[in-house]
This record gives sequence, structure tokens and C-alpha cells, in this order.
Amino acid sequence: MSFFRVEDLGISFGGVRAVDAVSFEVNQGEVYTIIGPNGAGKTTIFNLIGLLYPASSGTICFEGRTLNGLAPHRVAQLGIARTFQNIELFEHATVLQNLLIGRHRHRSTSLWQEMAFLPAVRRAELAQREAVEKVIDFLELAHYRDGLVAGLPYGVRKVIELGRALATEPRLLLLDEPSSGLNPEETNEMAFWIEDIQKELGITVLMVEHDMNLVSRVSDRVLALNEGRSIAQGTPAEVQSHPAVIEAYLGGSD
Amino acid sequence: MRFIFKTDYRQDIRLFRHAGYVFWYGLLGVVLVAAPFVLSEYVISQLHFVCIYSIVGFGLMLLVGFTGQISLGHAAFLAVGAYTEALLQGAGMPLWVSLPSAALLSAAAGIIIGIPALRLKGIYLAIATLAFNVIVEEIITRWEGLTGGNGGKHVKPAELFGFTFDSDVSFYFLCLSLTVLSCLMLINLLRSPTGRAFVAIRDSEISASCMGVNLAKYKTMSFALSAALTGVGGALYAHKITFISPEQFTLLASIELVTIVIIGGIGSLHGAVFGAAFIIVLPQVISVAKDYLPSGAAGISGLQAIVFGVLLVAFIIFEPMGIYGRWLKVRTWFELFPFYRQGMFRRQKSYMKSERLR
Ligand SMILES: Nc1ncnc2c1ncn2[C@@H]1O[C@H](COP(=O)(O)OP(=O)(O)OP(=O)(O)O)[C@@H](O)[C@H]1O
Ligand SMILES: [Mg+2]
Repeated sequence: MSFFRVEDLGISFGGVRAVDAVSFEVNQGEVYTIIGPNGAGKTTIFNLIGLLYPASSGTICFEGRTLNGLAPHRVAQLGIARTFQNIELFEHATVLQNLLIGRHRHRSTSLWQEMAFLPAVRRAELAQREAVEKVIDFLELAHYRDGLVAGLPYGVRKVIELGRALATEPRLLLLDEPSSGLNPEETNEMAFWIEDIQKELGITVLMVEHDMNLVSRVSDRVLALNEGRSIAQGTPAEVQSHPAVIEAYLGGSD
Repeated sequence: MRFIFKTDYRQDIRLFRHAGYVFWYGLLGVVLVAAPFVLSEYVISQLHFVCIYSIVGFGLMLLVGFTGQISLGHAAFLAVGAYTEALLQGAGMPLWVSLPSAALLSAAAGIIIGIPALRLKGIYLAIATLAFNVIVEEIITRWEGLTGGNGGKHVKPAELFGFTFDSDVSFYFLCLSLTVLSCLMLINLLRSPTGRAFVAIRDSEISASCMGVNLAKYKTMSFALSAALTGVGGALYAHKITFISPEQFTLLASIELVTIVIIGGIGSLHGAVFGAAFIIVLPQVISVAKDYLPSGAAGISGLQAIVFGVLLVAFIIFEPMGIYGRWLKVRTWFELFPFYRQGMFRRQKSYMKSERLR
């Protein structure tokens, strides 16, 4: 049984075949990266995995379970967390509150208990905070803990979003362009964190990324995509030197 | 300005954040308990309304301010609560049966209207809730055998364990305790996972769902809770005015209820109370002001509706955070004097978002 597998995945928007018969497999514990020029369909694959769009063909299997047809919130509850290319945080809440929402799938109390804030709720809340505090330490966010997200710089928000995904304690983490909009220092830091997430926390990472330095540094395997189709698969070096990949990037840049 | 150094997770989930809060809320409690013994009958009677509208305001705030769903039909839940209470009490039920029934039946109505809310957003949801209000109003008018139709229905004072709430003071304490109870319930919810899920839905549905929040379940829950609180408000309202008829639960009444949360301040429980007090005090101010206006202006029919409308628009444009937002600014001004600077509360630059799913 494979850890995470996508088979023959496809979807069209109008006439555009955004994702076309894409198949790949992610092994437990690895960092697997999808690359490809703009509009290749990378984010769409994430949206299909998250069941935000119904796939028109193909299956998605996670730990032996087929995801197709489930409600979107079930994906998170099964242990898949994601970040967004353009940051989707809860803007009018504090950093702490954002991370606490990440704990939602570990909720153990009922509405009635919460209305009275019974001791069980108090205990659960303290446990949630302890878990969130670990993430805050891990990503060094202590400085921003009680600040409203709306006022924070882009780079910090990117890290907060990563933290919110980690707070769910996922087994599979989807990162959509973790380095986009970051300066070289921040990108370097992000690379360290991705390595730590893989090695220290033992979380499997499926990532979309443009920065080839970052890709070669952290990925175990890479999938190259162009116009919705997979064109190459292998180690970072193999994929980077693959003629179809070079062709796709050169063709897309003019 | 006060900085709180946190040394313990418990500090975050405390009811009162620091000793100052305990003092001020304690003082407020003493004032509220002493109030009916020093104030005139007329003022107490107005305080009844402030309490009732606060409870309704809490309900609407939960839905609009914390879950981000709009409703232009809350007068319908007010009606369900009021008529349930009137009918059950008429049938000889004590308050401890009739009041929870009013809440439950309103919650059921809330779930019914919550179902279209799963598919609708913004203006479309507003129209759906508005239609719901019209339907409920129509049912009440037509179902004469049960509701008395346009003839209305008389309501006797509430009764609980042999005690009758027929004096201003006793009814005041009934209203006040229910207000405090609903407020505490909401505070508790807002510091627990359910409340956080509501806020998550308000800020970004797609993110909430990717964090495992079941949108359908929590939106329906928010509608049900909001309607239940409004139903409790409706039950008290029925006892307060002792006579209910369909024209008290029209679309205009719904808009008045929305005014509470918008003028009070979206997204704060204080705001609900401020808003409730505001819409009770405003008509009095208008009627006093009328004496000083030229006879032509004073005679305008619907002057009150005009003032309400203008204020609503003015608040939306100039003070979207409502009275509570204004109060925060004034408080900060005092705390920081003389360092307050203009534009301190201006929204930070927000990042561009693309239309498609990110
Ligand atoms: N909701 C949608 N409706 C219509 N077309 C869409 C939608 N989402 C994506 N597309 C189209 O699908 C194609 C792939 O888009 P996608 O966002 O997956 O690209 P991407 O590989 O993530 O690119 P980028 O590097 O710019 O993020 C594009 O042509 C895009 O216009
Ligand atoms: Mg993308």
C-alpha cells in the first residue's frame, strides 16, 4: 500500500484541460516537489487533492483510503494540511487564534460543554495551547503571538500559514510555493524549516515550488508538469536536465 | 497603557483578563443590581427593552459579527419566540417550559433558514432571509386560529415556580439575568473551538474548510444559536409589551435589529449592548428634539425611520467598527495622552487577492 497516490487525475475548466491524466506517488517521509511553468496546473492539483474541485477523472488515495467524493473538511481530518500560494489567513484574528484554528481537527468537547466552559473544556483548551506553543517555538513566532495577522509583513504571514498547517499535526503537508514573495534570507530560512519538518517532525511534504535552488536542496524527488501533463519525474538533477523540461521552460519564457 | 506579561496558558482563557476588568465589571454588576431601586419606573421600563434587545443583539452578533453571515429576517425568529411563549403560557405552562420551548422552536426555524445559507452568500443570503421574514409574517397573519391574526394576542406576565413577574423590578431582574446568562454563554463559546470555527468561517471559508471545519455544520449551528437567542428575546418581548401582533415583526423590525449590530460595532459583544441601548435611547432623543424643531420638520411622519437610516449609512461609511470602535479609540486616546496620533487605527495595507482559488 502506498502512502499517497494520485492516479490519472484530470479536470477541465471550459475548454482548458488544466490537469490531464497526472499520476504520481509520494512515499512516506520524503519531500516530493512539483515544478512547472506558470499555469501548468500545479495549484489545481492541490485543489483537487483538497477536494475543492471535483476531479473529472482519476483517483486520490491517502493511506489506503480513496478521497474522491468526501466532503472537503474530511481531507484535513484525515491528516492532510495545506498552505496557499497567496496566503489565506484569518486576517481579523491574532496569530495565536489562527494557529488554534489549526487544532480544530483535534477538538474533543461538545457545544454544550463549551457553552458552560466546563472543566473538560478548560483542560482541552490548555492542551491545545500547549500544542500550539510548540509550533510557535519551532517556527520562532513568539514575538508575533498576540498580534493581529492583518498588520504583519508578508514574510511573517507566510510562516504563520505554515505554522497553522503544522498545528493540525498533519501526516501529509501540501505547500504551495512556500518561497514565493520571500527575500533570499527568508527563503533560506524556509528551506531549513522544510528540512526540519521532514527530518525532525517526520512529516511527508508535497510541495509546489519555482525556486530551483530550494527545490534541489530539499526535495527527494521531483515531478515536472507542463500544460496539465506530467513530462518528467526523478531526482532534482535528473528532472532539471531533462530535455522536455528545458523545452517547457524555454518555450514558456518568451 | 497596560502590558500583560503572560506566564501561563491559563491567562489566555480567563474570563477577566486582569484585575482591572474584575473591578470594572464588578462595579457594573453592583450598579445594575442597585439600578431598579433608585431609578424611576419609566427608566426601568426602558432598561427592560435594553436587556431584551441586548439578547437579540447577541444572537445577531453571533451570526453577523462572528460568523459573517447576513440576516435581514431576524424579526421572524423574534416572532417565533414571542408567539411560542404567548401560546404556551396561554396553555398554562410555566416559564421554565415555555422559555426553552421558545428558544428551541426558534432554533428549529433557524436551521430551516440556515439550509439555503449553505449555498448563498452576501446579497443573495440577505434576500433569502428577507423572504423568510415575509413568509413568517404572512403565516402569523393568516393562521388566525392559533395566533389571533391581525387582531393580535394578549400576553400575561411570566410565571416561574409560583412567582409572578408582574412588577417592574422583578421583570427587570428576569431580563437582566437572562442577558447576563446569554452573554456568558457567548463568551464561553468564543473562547472554545466552536467560536473559533465561526470566526474562521467569517474570515476565510476556504481556509476554514482546509483546517477541517465542516462549513455546513457550523453555519447551520450559528443560525440555530442566533435564532434561539433571538427567540428568548422574543419571549421576553411578548411579556414586556403584553400584546403581540404581526405588524411588530415586519421587515422594518428586522432592519432595526441589524442596526443594533452595525451601530453597536460588528464583531464585539459590547457592541451588541451599546447598539441595543442606542436604539432605545434614540427615539427618546428624537421626541425631545422635536420640541425644538420648526413645526414643519417636527411634523414629518417617519422622522424616526429617516434618522435611523441616515445614522446607519453614516456609521457604515465613517465608523465601520460602530460605537464600540469609537469607544476603543477614545479609551486609547486617554491611555496614550498626549501621544495619540491620527490614523493609528487605519487599516494596514492589505495584500491583493486573486479571484480563483489560491
Ligand atoms: N477556478 C478556475 N477556473 C477556471 N480556470 C482555472 C481555475 N483554476 C485554474 N484555472 C486554469 O487552470 C490552469 C492551471 O492553473 P494553476 O493555478 O493550477 O497553475 P499553476 O501551475 O499553479 O501556476 P502558477 O505557477 O502561476 O501558480 C490555468 O490555465 C488557469 O487559468
Ligand atoms: Mg499556482
